[in-house]
Amino acid sequence: MKLHEIENIEVELLLEAIFQRYGYDFRGYARASIRRRIKQFMEGSKIATISEMIPRVIHDESLFNEMVREFSITVTEMFRDPAMFLALRENVLPVLKSYPYIKIWHAGCATGEEAYSLTILIKEYGLAERATIFATDFNDHALSLAKTGIYDLNNAKQYSLNYQKAGGNGSFADYYHSRYDAMMMNNELKKKITFANHNLVVDQVFSETHLIFCRNVLIYFNRELQDRVLQLFHESLVHGGFLCLGTKESLMFSRVEDRFKTIDKKNKIFQKID
Amino acid sequence: MNVQSFKAVVIGGSAGSTEVMVKLFSYLPERLELPIIFVNHLHPEDDGGLVEYLSCQTALRVEEAADKEHIEGGTIYVPPADYHLLVESDLTFSLSIDRKVKYSRPSIDVLFESAAMAWNDRLIGIVLTGASHDGSDGVRAIHKYGGLTIAQNPDEATYPIMPQAAITTGCVDKILPVAGIGLFLQACLGHNTVPELKKVNAHD
Repeated sequence: MKLHEIENIEVELLLEAIFQRYGYDFRGYARASIRRRIKQFMEGSKIATISEMIPRVIHDESLFNEMVREFSITVTEMFRDPAMFLALRENVLPVLKSYPYIKIWHAGCATGEEAYSLTILIKEYGLAERATIFATDFNDHALSLAKTGIYDLNNAKQYSLNYQKAGGNGSFADYYHSRYDAMMMNNELKKKITFANHNLVVDQVFSETHLIFCRNVLIYFNRELQDRVLQLFHESLVHGGFLCLGTKESLMFSRVEDRFKTIDKKNKIFQKID
Repeated sequence: MNVQSFKAVVIGGSAGSTEVMVKLFSYLPERLELPIIFVNHLHPEDDGGLVEYLSCQTALRVEEAADKEHIEGGTIYVPPADYHLLVESDLTFSLSIDRKVKYSRPSIDVLFESAAMAWNDRLIGIVLTGASHDGSDGVRAIHKYGGLTIAQNPDEATYPIMPQAAITTGCVDKILPVAGIGLFLQACLGHNTVPELKKVNAHD
């Protein structure tokens, strides 16, 4: 048997062990990225082979927690893909404005940068009073960082530029105060967002949602899991509700493709029609 | 050397590598049966400009790789800007926004390592001109899983750092000038077997 075939077996066994022991189900994840993260974690922990990780992870919960932390940290930024935020402002918020109450779900918020961006957008459009914003992730470590709302001040310039391109009508500096090399998001914004643990792979629908924002999460899943999650989103949305995906993600090949109308092809904004 | 039949070519480069790719196009067979995946360190806001530019330089199909898309022969793929591009074992692409690797996303190492697992000894990996160390871990991985590795001759590269870093790993099978890489690809993609080493060296 060739080396790569052996490694594939090791990865499958490790993911199965994690699922059975802790209930975290990574079995539907696209393998190439997760394998890379496993290997990186191994290097950091001085573990020689993937199969050697299995007994370690099964018996050492703290090691497992460290690993999950590594598995699911994605890197994002404030107003990543400004054109998409501009499109939301121009084409989606005017429709949401007609609702007396707006429920927004940011699924897979990681460390929260985009949740704050979205909240700034909602606030500037005058919808903050009637909007409830849920930002969820299955990674408690990422969620705790998101809740503190403290980011690296070195990124402020880039974020500010993104904010302007996203059509921001104030100054990005009004939304944080800086201390040493940290950027701390305003309490007013923080209070507006409810951060909560939710796992897209195993947890249930978020009912009666008007806007679901889930960007660069589906790319980590295989096709079957992508399909399952898109169905979950479909069920969670009100009729006429909006779904916003990452710019390189799509509804193509999913079972719900026909049940959405494309609002903005380039920025991947869809509306539930059926 | 054993006769191997190759299933894919991965190419990585940074500063100056787009021009080298264009030169390599003139050596490729008209009916290319393999996919070629080219990772270049794009500006994060490149919006399809590279695909457009390369398309104008070759009759072959040039496409931006899409998430979960099946990888087709006869196509030259480039990653979307600001995403890592990975190959899955079922020969589909995956994208990721994981941390930058050696200051780069897309990263050559990330592509090469995943491609090495997917194609193992049926893969050719090439490192071209560039001013970073990206690609050296990738070359190590391709070598480890039995693939064939080539570095552009640093003496001839506009920026020698990248091919030199690859060579320093000790995992590079051939060091060739651009024309040599072209002739090598021509010879082995024409009939999908490794040509006699002598033949290639004759054109160096």
